[in-house]
Amino acid sequence: MEIARPSPRTPSPGTPSRPQPPVLPPAALAPRTPLLRRLDALDWLYALALALGAAFALYRYHTAMDVYDDLILVLHVPVLAVIGWHWKPFRAFLAAVALLALASIALYQGDLARAEQTFLLKYLISSQTAIMWMSALIFIATGAYWLGLIGRSDFGERTGSALTWIAATMGTTGLFVRWYESYLLGPEIGHIPISNLYEVFVLFTLMTALLYLYYEGRYATRRMGAFVMIVISTAVAFLLWYTFTREAHEIQPLIPALQSYWMKVHVPTNFIGYGAFAVSAMVGTAYLLAARGILASRLPALRVLEDVMYKAIAIGFAFFTIATILGALWAAEAWGTYWQWDPKETWALIVWLNYATWLHMRLTKGLRGAVLAWWAVVGLLVTTFAFVGVNMFLTGLHSYGAL
Amino acid sequence: MHSGIARALFELLSSMRFAISLLTILSIASVVGTVVRQNEPFNAYLNQFGPFWFPVFEKLGLYSVYNAGWFLVILAFLVLSTTLCIVRQTAPMLREMRSFRERAREASLRSFAHRAILVPAVPEADTIERARAYLAHAGFASRVADNGEGTLLAARQGSAGRIGYFLAHGAIVLICVGGLLDGNLPLRLQVWLGDKHTTTGNQLIADIPESARLGTGNPSFRGDVFIPEGRTTSFAVLGLADGILLQELPFNVALDKFHIEHYENGMPKRFASDIRVTDRSSGKTTQHTIEVNRPLTVDGITLYQSSFEDGGSRLTIKARSLLPGRPGVLREIEGVVGESLAFADATAGFSYTLEFTDFKAFNVEDMRGSEGGQGDDAPRGMDKLQRHLGSGAKGAEDRDMRNIGPSFTFKLRDPAGQAREFHNYMLPIEQGERWFLYTGLRDAQADAFRYMRIPLDERGSVDSWFAIRDRLLDPAQRDTLVGRFAARSFPAGRGQDAMREALAQSARQTLGLFAEKGYETLGGFIEKSVPEAERGQAADVLVRILQGLAFEAWTLHRETTGEAALELNPARATFLNDTIAAISDSHFYGAPAWLQLDAFEERHATVLQATRSPGMPLVYLGALLLVLGVFAMLYIRERRLFVLVKPNEALVAMSSNRRTLDVDETFRQHVEGLAAVLGAPVPASDSREGA
Ligand code: HEM
Repeated sequence: MEIARPSPRTPSPGTPSRPQPPVLPPAALAPRTPLLRRLDALDWLYALALALGAAFALYRYHTAMDVYDDLILVLHVPVLAVIGWHWKPFRAFLAAVALLALASIALYQGDLARAEQTFLLKYLISSQTAIMWMSALIFIATGAYWLGLIGRSDFGERTGSALTWIAATMGTTGLFVRWYESYLLGPEIGHIPISNLYEVFVLFTLMTALLYLYYEGRYATRRMGAFVMIVISTAVAFLLWYTFTREAHEIQPLIPALQSYWMKVHVPTNFIGYGAFAVSAMVGTAYLLAARGILASRLPALRVLEDVMYKAIAIGFAFFTIATILGALWAAEAWGTYWQWDPKETWALIVWLNYATWLHMRLTKGLRGAVLAWWAVVGLLVTTFAFVGVNMFLTGLHSYGAL
Repeated sequence: MHSGIARALFELLSSMRFAISLLTILSIASVVGTVVRQNEPFNAYLNQFGPFWFPVFEKLGLYSVYNAGWFLVILAFLVLSTTLCIVRQTAPMLREMRSFRERAREASLRSFAHRAILVPAVPEADTIERARAYLAHAGFASRVADNGEGTLLAARQGSAGRIGYFLAHGAIVLICVGGLLDGNLPLRLQVWLGDKHTTTGNQLIADIPESARLGTGNPSFRGDVFIPEGRTTSFAVLGLADGILLQELPFNVALDKFHIEHYENGMPKRFASDIRVTDRSSGKTTQHTIEVNRPLTVDGITLYQSSFEDGGSRLTIKARSLLPGRPGVLREIEGVVGESLAFADATAGFSYTLEFTDFKAFNVEDMRGSEGGQGDDAPRGMDKLQRHLGSGAKGAEDRDMRNIGPSFTFKLRDPAGQAREFHNYMLPIEQGERWFLYTGLRDAQADAFRYMRIPLDERGSVDSWFAIRDRLLDPAQRDTLVGRFAARSFPAGRGQDAMREALAQSARQTLGLFAEKGYETLGGFIEKSVPEAERGQAADVLVRILQGLAFEAWTLHRETTGEAALELNPARATFLNDTIAAISDSHFYGAPAWLQLDAFEERHATVLQATRSPGMPLVYLGALLLVLGVFAMLYIRERRLFVLVKPNEALVAMSSNRRTLDVDETFRQHVEGLAAVLGAPVPASDSREGA
């Protein structure tokens, strides 16, 4: 209390007298102002829009949803609100996605054939087209980031960043519209679009891009983009190959094993993990190059790269832990066993053990530097095998994504 | 001495190095289990690895890695090591959590990576008071102590994060223990201690000895419950590597109906079992439907929809003779899938056991490409992109999913025990506007079926094919056929007798060769006796002769049934070609008859999995604690802030258990905050990089 009204200064002997700095009440200075007090009008508007959106969805579609769907929908409001409050650009992203997806749904008027007849649907916001836009923008953004890095051009990096945001917006819109389209195919066919390899590759692209954009804002540097975009572009290249040669984009109904609400939580959680591991590996690559003096003057400081690498692995590990557990819960319900050493499960465990060891090395052994960076890169190889390799080379129960 | 060794062992087992080695070994061992397919029949491994490596790998337990002794030992060491690690860390961690380190010396504070010196504008007493209030406001718990060098405010926050360590590592122990309870270790212990013995799977339930039966008290098991529609069972079958055990259930399960539903494109949509469960002690019956992802728990036993099989469908079959000179139906058969019967004929000299192995009422297949000639006009470039714009509803336009009707499989086993397996469709399948009945065969389970296509005649029947085949292959009818063919080509009375005779000669020879092994013998003959340059032409001539003979056989057949003779036209020529090709293939069919399915009465059986998993609550609790622990460890940041107040100066220092960049930022903010409340100028940054 007294501190709020500071007592007059009584200089102690020997202290040289200098201009008196204002003495402010500590409340104004505490470094951790509670989140709620830092919110501005836009933040509240955003939260309100989320809540209204969820309420509308509940009111309008509750007949099509079961109690778990309701619960998940409601839980999304606070989670998305907090994400948007902490990470402001996310609000605009979500608003854009909502507008585009709703516009698409409005244009469809409940008739799939309109995808071919309506110009905006055919060339902008039907699901396939939106995902194609995402793919193209990711490639261009990669180029822009590299031009920015090589040419030390702030403009190039800004462009890359903006394009990545737009790509993520288009991709997310594409998935939402695809979700809607699946219901137009038939109520019994409708399902969340995270059920096959094609759909999860889109999800991977989005998650990795968004995670990267978060770190970009958080560390106020766009210099890592060039590297992270390589892995995203590779995923997109695979996605396109898969679309054009295997016609993989066709919406397929769900086989009985996938008809579970666990899928809706297990898969996205998993891809936060995969996306974060991918970011860490690419930042690790940048670290390794910079540590050898390659591009060192163009990349962020080594300690920044190392910090991002750790943060990404930490968040990836935490979510991968949840994802694996959710997978086990699902397996318990679908196959009668929470763990049966199916190749996909086993490789998930290997990925998990790998990053657990990584964290031990850093946190308890205090290991730093190139070894951990190499390890993160190898970690991505292991993760990639768990993600696609298992489907390609091993047989098991997770056969939904066979190539 | 002893305690010295025990101490060293404890150090080793609870060490980080040991834990990391174990994690690495566990990962590698797990990889092995994904590369070698697990729990396949031993024969498959014998084929794959050969007689030398097969027993070596068997000894190593590679066919069931995750149940192998050495694998369980690794897991046990992991549990031990983690437990010891917890034991070892508990005291220091608790001390750490409780301590404020209020005895820290100035020299050590000055060596912190994050430190700053403030010159407060307020008297010492005020400085202490204000600093304390600031710390409390910023969420720190603090102690004030006089360490001899000044007044030390020792503050900390986020120590609860250390609880995360206990949660996460304790969780790992819980999960492993729970997993062991639910694995097959308890079962193996019972086999080992309880004098139980596995037995072979193919015997009647009633014949299974007591030593292979487990009572309802068994705390942990996982087995299959097989129930045909309309039947009741009270047992689960537990499969072990070397045989089975029978698990008695405390209730009876009856299957009323099994449902299979498909989507329009033929993908499976729903598998469900309508069951009735009757408790044996109370006699109470309840009705349930079990589906994939919708299990049922009764009496602590959970029942899952695992798979389904044929439960004894009834098949009405005609065995149409493939024996030359004995046309017609050899026998009418009433078969039941899963059963076998004798199929013998003394006059024809064959004796087989006929085993019906499966029946499917639906077969949805992609019939794309069956017409051939596609893919050349596939769109390219922008057109291809165009096709991929729009909704996700359209897919491959060249896909052609069709239900091609019922099929059944059976084995013909000869007296020596050798069996061939056959796969016959009930309904004809269209290909390029021609219709065929498909029948497949294979010699070994591992092979794919090779299909013979029997063409249908203009009335949609296979009768013509059988009739033509019989006449072409029956030596007794050869002269008639050859005579008529030669006479039609060179009618009598035109002075072509020599040519007619020559043609008859070649026709007789061609037919003789064809009757042996079809195109194979004909091809061999051409290769042997015709110079290379003329082979193509010779083959043409032979095929033309065969067509003529087949046409003759067809006409002859129609005469005997009182039908009018036919004009040869392109469609009929195609039919004759298909007929000859199928006759040629039929030489390799290896069965005296083709079994034609006339009618069926389908009956499903469901396969439920019954489990009792005592470890599940432990594992789930462990999973919850693991998540909480990991988040606590990673995201509750422990921070210690020290303010050493001396006359005219305050030394601020901070430490953190996670040396990340945001520690720099937090420290800067705290220094600024403290400077503000103390009225001190903000010092130039004096924190070294957190190496
Ligand atoms: C299956 C085995 C194990 C797994 C999966 C595991 C997992 C983890 C995880 C995820 C962390 C979090 C990293 C962090 O943020 O601090 C951690 C930390 C730690 N682990 Fe383990 N661990 C295992 C075994 C062990 C063993 C056997 C020891 C003993 C040598 C050990 C000692 C530690 C220590 C000291 C920490 C740091 C705690 C802290 O600083 O808060 N772990 N472990």
